[in-house]
Amino acid sequence: MTTERPAHQDIHEYLAEFEDIPGTRVFTAKRARQGYHMNQFAMSLMKAENRERFKADERAYMDEWPLTEAQKQALLARDYNACLDLGGNIYFLSKLFSTDGLPFAEAVSTMTDMSFPEYREMMNKGGRSPEGLRSIKEKR
Amino acid sequence: MARITAGVASSHVPLLGVASDFGKDRDEYFGPIFAGYDWTREWEKAEKPDVVILVYNDHASAFDMKIIPTFAIGCGERYKPADEGWGPRAVPDVEGHPDLAWHIAQSLILDEFDMTIINEMDVDHGLTVPLSMMFGKPDAWPCKVVPLAVNVVTYPPPSGNRCWALGEAIARAVASFPEDLNVQIWGTGGMSHQLQGARAGLINREWDNRFLDGLIGESDHLRRIPHIEYLRETGSEGIEMVMWLIMRGALGSKTRALHRHYHVPCSNTAIGHLVLRPDNGEGYDMTGSEGGPPIAPT
Repeated sequence: MTTERPAHQDIHEYLAEFEDIPGTRVFTAKRARQGYHMNQFAMSLMKAENRERFKADERAYMDEWPLTEAQKQALLARDYNACLDLGGNIYFLSKLFSTDGLPFAEAVSTMTDMSFPEYREMMNKGGRSPEGLRSIKEKR
Repeated sequence: MARITAGVASSHVPLLGVASDFGKDRDEYFGPIFAGYDWTREWEKAEKPDVVILVYNDHASAFDMKIIPTFAIGCGERYKPADEGWGPRAVPDVEGHPDLAWHIAQSLILDEFDMTIINEMDVDHGLTVPLSMMFGKPDAWPCKVVPLAVNVVTYPPPSGNRCWALGEAIARAVASFPEDLNVQIWGTGGMSHQLQGARAGLINREWDNRFLDGLIGESDHLRRIPHIEYLRETGSEGIEMVMWLIMRGALGSKTRALHRHYHVPCSNTAIGHLVLRPDNGEGYDMTGSEGGPPIAPT
C-alpha cells in the first residue's frame, strides 16, 4: 500500500494513469459528458410508465432522447462494453438490466469473455485475481 | 453531550437486500454472509444507538447526472426507500434527526467542509442494506439516521485524506451537540469489486484484509492511498472504500476491533464487515457488550 504523504495531484497526470488499467473504463468527466443523455435516458427507466413505453417500442422511446446513432445501436444490442465506450455508467445502465429482468451479475458477465455460468463459477471460487491485471505498462 | 461510541463498516451489495426481503438470508449461498453479522445484530441490541450517521453512496437513485454533490448530508425528517427499477424495498421508512443533522452541517461548513444539504430524497440500497444487515427485519428501524452521501461514481471522488479529515470534523461537530446522544458512524460500500468491462469480477482478498487491518489501531496510513491504487488493486468499484475512512477518521487516533467478517463472493463483490470502538481512554464502553464472541479472523 502507498504510505507517503499525498502530494498535490496534477489533474492531467491523475487522468492519464487511468488509461493504464486493463479492461477498465474509469468514469471520468469526459465520459460523463459524452454519456450524459445516455445515462439520463437509462435513469428515466426508473419509472414504471417509462419502462412500459420503452418495452413497447425501444427505438421510438430512444428517439425522444438526444442520443447518437452509435449510442442507440449499442443500447438496442445490449452491448454494454460499447455503451461504456460511449460514456455509459454502469449504475445508470443497470436500470436497463432491471428493465430486461436480468440479474446484475449476469449483465456484468456479458462484458467479459465468459458465459454467465463460467463467470459465476469464477466468482464462487474467489473471483478474478488482480495478478497481471493491475497495469498494462508494468505488466503486473 | 452527544458522543460517537462506535464505528461500523460494511459492504452494501443490493443482492443482500433481496436475500433479506425474500427470506433467503439463511440459505446455502447467503447463510455464511449473514452469519458474519449475527454478532453485530446482538451487539446492536445492547448498544441501542440513538442515531447512526450513515456514510454511503447513492447509485443513480436520488441523484442522477444533473447534480453531483461530493459530500451531501441529509437534514430531513424522513426518507423513503427508493424505487431502483423493481419497486421500493419493503423495509421501514428511515427516520432522520434534523436537529443533529443541521448542527453537523453548520459545524462542518464553519470547519471549512462545504456540504450540500438535502432536505428531501429517497434512499437506495447503499443506505437500507446496511440497516438490514445490522438490525434484521424490524417493523421500524431502532434508531434515527443521518444520511451522508458521497460521490464515488463520477471522477474524481474525494481523496481518502479528505474523507478521513471529514470524519475528524464530524467527530468535533457531534461532540459539540448539547443533547446526550449515543451516536454511531457507519462507513459502507466495498470491498474489492469491479462491475464493468473485461476485468469484471476482480477480487483482491489480500489487499482487502490489509485494509481491514489498517482500520484497527493507531496508524493513519490508509488516508494516503491514492485513487489509482484502489482502481488497480480493488477494481473500479472498490473506490467505495474511501467512505470507510470517514467512519475511521471520526473514531479518533486509535481504535480497537470488536468484530470482523470477510467473505467472497456476494454476487460480484467481496463482503467486508468490521465493528470498531474508539480506543482513546475515555471509556466509551457503555454497555458491557464486550462479552460477545471473539473476533473471528476469517
